[in-house]
Amino acid sequence: MPADWLSSEEWTAVRLSLLVASTAVVASLPFGMLLAYLLARGRFYGKTLLDTVVHLPLILPPVVTGYLLLLSFGRKAPIGAFLADHFGIVFSFRWTGAALACAVMGFPFMVRAIRLSIEAVDRKLEAAALTLGASPPFVFIAVTLPLILPGIIAGMILSFAKSMGEFGATITFVSNIPGETQTLPSAIYTFTQVPGGDAGAMRLTLISIAISMAALIGSEMLARFVGRRVSP
Amino acid sequence: MSRPDGLEVALHHRLGDFTIDIAFRTDSVATALFGPSGSGKTTVLHAIAGLLRPERGRIVFDGRVILDTAEGVFVPPYRREVGYVFQDGRLFPHLTVRQNLLFGRYFARRRQHRDDGMTLDNVVGLLGIEHILSRRPANLSGGERQRVAIGRALLAEPCMLLMDEPLAALDAARKAEILPVLERLRDVSRVPILYVSHDVAEVSRIAKTVIVMENGREGERWQS
Repeated sequence: MPADWLSSEEWTAVRLSLLVASTAVVASLPFGMLLAYLLARGRFYGKTLLDTVVHLPLILPPVVTGYLLLLSFGRKAPIGAFLADHFGIVFSFRWTGAALACAVMGFPFMVRAIRLSIEAVDRKLEAAALTLGASPPFVFIAVTLPLILPGIIAGMILSFAKSMGEFGATITFVSNIPGETQTLPSAIYTFTQVPGGDAGAMRLTLISIAISMAALIGSEMLARFVGRRVSP
Repeated sequence: MSRPDGLEVALHHRLGDFTIDIAFRTDSVATALFGPSGSGKTTVLHAIAGLLRPERGRIVFDGRVILDTAEGVFVPPYRREVGYVFQDGRLFPHLTVRQNLLFGRYFARRRQHRDDGMTLDNVVGLLGIEHILSRRPANLSGGERQRVAIGRALLAEPCMLLMDEPLAALDAARKAEILPVLERLRDVSRVPILYVSHDVAEVSRIAKTVIVMENGREGERWQS
């Protein structure tokens, strides 16, 4: 049961924020790992350019990122129309669009954390696993993956944190529709724009602080647990 | 004591301005590649294990061609069935000693496995590591670590053991503790050993055949 000190719209914003952030993290993780691996280990033409593109959302004003998403993933935009016609995936003015915006904004943090952990892996251990009969996919699963797990967790946490706070790109791309795209930051912003909204803004602010602290403490405990297991 | 077939190696490889050019054959149960640091010994082991792809070369073990650059043969390291004991141990930090020991075992069991009598219990007993099975590599001494590394290589059911200065990182007391283990291993197991070292005392105790390497080339050869 929703707590009665929150109105149902406020409660919806909280739930939506958690859904959007979790979806953004989970859906971008495979891409994040692939790119982190390519950037850490790959040797190919255009690597610097790829690195720059991945980091771009970090430097661009979020409004620009949101506008670029609108231009490419909108209902009539090239990628958006293709995905809608062939897979039935619609981003514009849906919560899925909010998740996409959050995933893009959190992507540089995720890739960076995972990439650093891959670069820190002692490749001699992988060579040792090869001589013990493990084929490269098995080496990745049995040696590389467990060793980079702390980095993956760190990347997921950073991406989640970024997603919970994402505002500019989301509101530009999918607007601020209660129940569909109105996440916590958008809801707080709305409260600040109407007379007498202070109490609501304060309630949601407290919830934001609580969620952030819970996520940080939880991740710290998880990282410590995993770190103890894999530190040499 | 010699074995029917043996190991045949011919390599040519350039590393910067250093060139390895060596050809040897051995059917001894324990062969040492002996020479000063930087004479190319480790490079030869890497080529045999498949961790290095030489410019030119041919390696045959017991009639099985595992490398022949002229014919375009390169068997990848995970199909060569060699046990490699590295100088720095290279135990997996996220696994316990027992899991480290059984790592190669798992893959060996997926292949056709031969019964070499090397069970976990036998190997653990031979190496004297019963008491550390549930520990992690971080909590082991240097000597314990090397013993686990040797056990891990043995349990992968290798056709051949490659040992790359396995005692070099240990102090004299630890060396004295592990040398008898290696001698016992040589006499008990049916797996031939190729041992790399720059230490005369080690080589003279373990090896039956010694191939001297100097500047990437084969020098003298001693037989006992």
